[in-house]
Amino acid sequence: MGTPVIELRQVRRDYAVGEAVVHALRGVDLRIEQGEMVAIMGTSGSGKSTLMNTLGCLDRPSSGTYRLDGVEVQGLDDDARADLRNQKLGFVFQGFNLLPRTTALENVLLPMLYDRRGRFSDPHARALRALERVGLGERTHHVPSELSGGQQQRVAIARALVTDPALLLADEPTGNLDTHTTVEVMALFQELNAQGITIVIVTHEDEVAVYCKRAITLRDGLIERDVAVQGRRAAEDLGAWDRTGHRPQVDHLPEGRPPGEPS
Amino acid sequence: MKPTHLVGLALHSIRRNVGRSILTMLGVVIGVASVVVMVAIGMGAQAEIQARIDNLGTNMIIVTPGTSSRGGVSGGAGSMNRLTVDDAELLRREGQLLSAVTPVIFTRTRILQGGMNWFTTIYGVDTTYEQIRTWPVDSGRWFTAEELRSNRKVCLLGATVAGNLFPEGDPVGQSVRLRDVPFTVVGVLKAKGQTPEGSDQDDVILAPYTTVQTRLSGRQFIAQILASTWGKDDVPAAMEEVKVLMRESHDLSRGEDDDFEVKDQSQLGEAARGTTQVMTMLLSAIASVSLVVGGIGIMNIMLVSVTERTREIGIRRALGARRGDVLAQFLVESVVLSGLGGLVGAVLGVVITAVVGQVTGWATAVTTSSLALALAFSGGVGVFFGWYPARRAAALDVIDALRYQ
Repeated sequence: MGTPVIELRQVRRDYAVGEAVVHALRGVDLRIEQGEMVAIMGTSGSGKSTLMNTLGCLDRPSSGTYRLDGVEVQGLDDDARADLRNQKLGFVFQGFNLLPRTTALENVLLPMLYDRRGRFSDPHARALRALERVGLGERTHHVPSELSGGQQQRVAIARALVTDPALLLADEPTGNLDTHTTVEVMALFQELNAQGITIVIVTHEDEVAVYCKRAITLRDGLIERDVAVQGRRAAEDLGAWDRTGHRPQVDHLPEGRPPGEPS
Repeated sequence: MKPTHLVGLALHSIRRNVGRSILTMLGVVIGVASVVVMVAIGMGAQAEIQARIDNLGTNMIIVTPGTSSRGGVSGGAGSMNRLTVDDAELLRREGQLLSAVTPVIFTRTRILQGGMNWFTTIYGVDTTYEQIRTWPVDSGRWFTAEELRSNRKVCLLGATVAGNLFPEGDPVGQSVRLRDVPFTVVGVLKAKGQTPEGSDQDDVILAPYTTVQTRLSGRQFIAQILASTWGKDDVPAAMEEVKVLMRESHDLSRGEDDDFEVKDQSQLGEAARGTTQVMTMLLSAIASVSLVVGGIGIMNIMLVSVTERTREIGIRRALGARRGDVLAQFLVESVVLSGLGGLVGAVLGVVITAVVGQVTGWATAVTTSSLALALAFSGGVGVFFGWYPARRAAALDVIDALRYQ
């Protein structure tokens, strides 16, 4: 295999909370290759948000090394990390995080406005293509409030894709969606992954993990389990249980904690 | 981000909150408008004073009698009057830098015409007075050098005198009586208006100084000598020349004080000019206060806007915006906001100035420099008062901003 997309070595992250020090990550080793689709799971307080912020170059590890697509991240200053996010990463958030009163097209154009390398000769056409790719070619001039939750998340995915990132990083992407829309969005992720895009989804829902190829569970700042998903579900099949009202069982993740446990 | 993007972004954000943006701009609009109006009124007043000073005559030098001071007791201006027509003659003959010279004799008297009478000042002058004071006739003609030489009883009426003695009808060719001496009116002078000090220049009668001296005043000494120079730049040198010639004419030895004074116009109306300058500055300063208040309004709204848009800032930062990009975005927004306010304010200021000028009849002068200054100032207000909110926006932590509800 070539350069891994993500390579973490003994990554630690400590926070000072008042007098106390919280060890959010206690030495995480992680390698994610090109083309993977990984779920990062864990309860609140497991360190998964910190890991997500670290992977997203929003936060810096206290110690250890992080390479994103071959680039050393831990030594970079604030501006360099902003540029790296722009070049290498596509973010999809739980709350969609689209700019309000701004059309779908303008939202998708946004990351290209901050491009400093002149990578995109025709941002407008690119943005339109990205919207078509997520099935929203018809709604380019709608503002978020005119779109359904699923459609808003598709706009967010289009925005994450438009710069051809090395990694698509999704933080609870289905947290605000109903079951039906969850399936739709996960089907889209699978489709994009099939096209070769590396995807990392941070979630506390087992039913999201079953669409991924690999599931990593964090507990108390360490990787507790790192398994290939057995009997991975294809989103198309899941349309069936949606109609019958049948909830999927994550029987292959026996030690997975129930979601929503207080930290 | 490109500057055009930043401006587009600012306009987009201003449009998103039209009502609030307009209210925010209002402070700057009023500030800039009042600065433009106040400066226009002040500049108008200054221009009017300058016009009145120029109106007194061009490149003019005034020689007046000096003061006597014996044993430390000053006799006051004119207490040692030794100015004579001969002095004026000498200046005319010898003054290289002087283009024209006239003696001036004043005498106040009552003028009678038919049943009317009027109390005024008679100036005995040379024909060159027309050129020195730039004072042509409105009707009739100036008296001639021949009339001057032969002590003819002719006179020119100032516009005020003519209007009072001849409410209707043409005074030219009519006879008036000055101290029982009949004079023929040969012309009526063009109206000149007031001096910077506010006295009516048209309340006057001009007559040949020869006639005034022999028929009316009978005095040997004259009140002043007026001279004009060839060009404006000659005035300082000409004043020196006049001093030298006057000392020669009065036979003053080295060490003796001048018994005359030489002044030019720059000293005239200085007080009035100074007053309006101070007034203009004062008015502009007061108007600037409203501009500053407008700026504080912008800062206030920008701070609110930064808080409201914390999440947007987080999103932009996550997508690759540097702190500098966020700083630029909010700074440009506040500059565009106050700049638009400045533009509207400048237009409003011009309109208000025109209305004030119409209603009050004051002279006003909206200069491009005052407009440019007001606009630059409003832009500066945008930068100054936008800096702090923009810094706050740029300093936000990405993770906190993304989580902000």
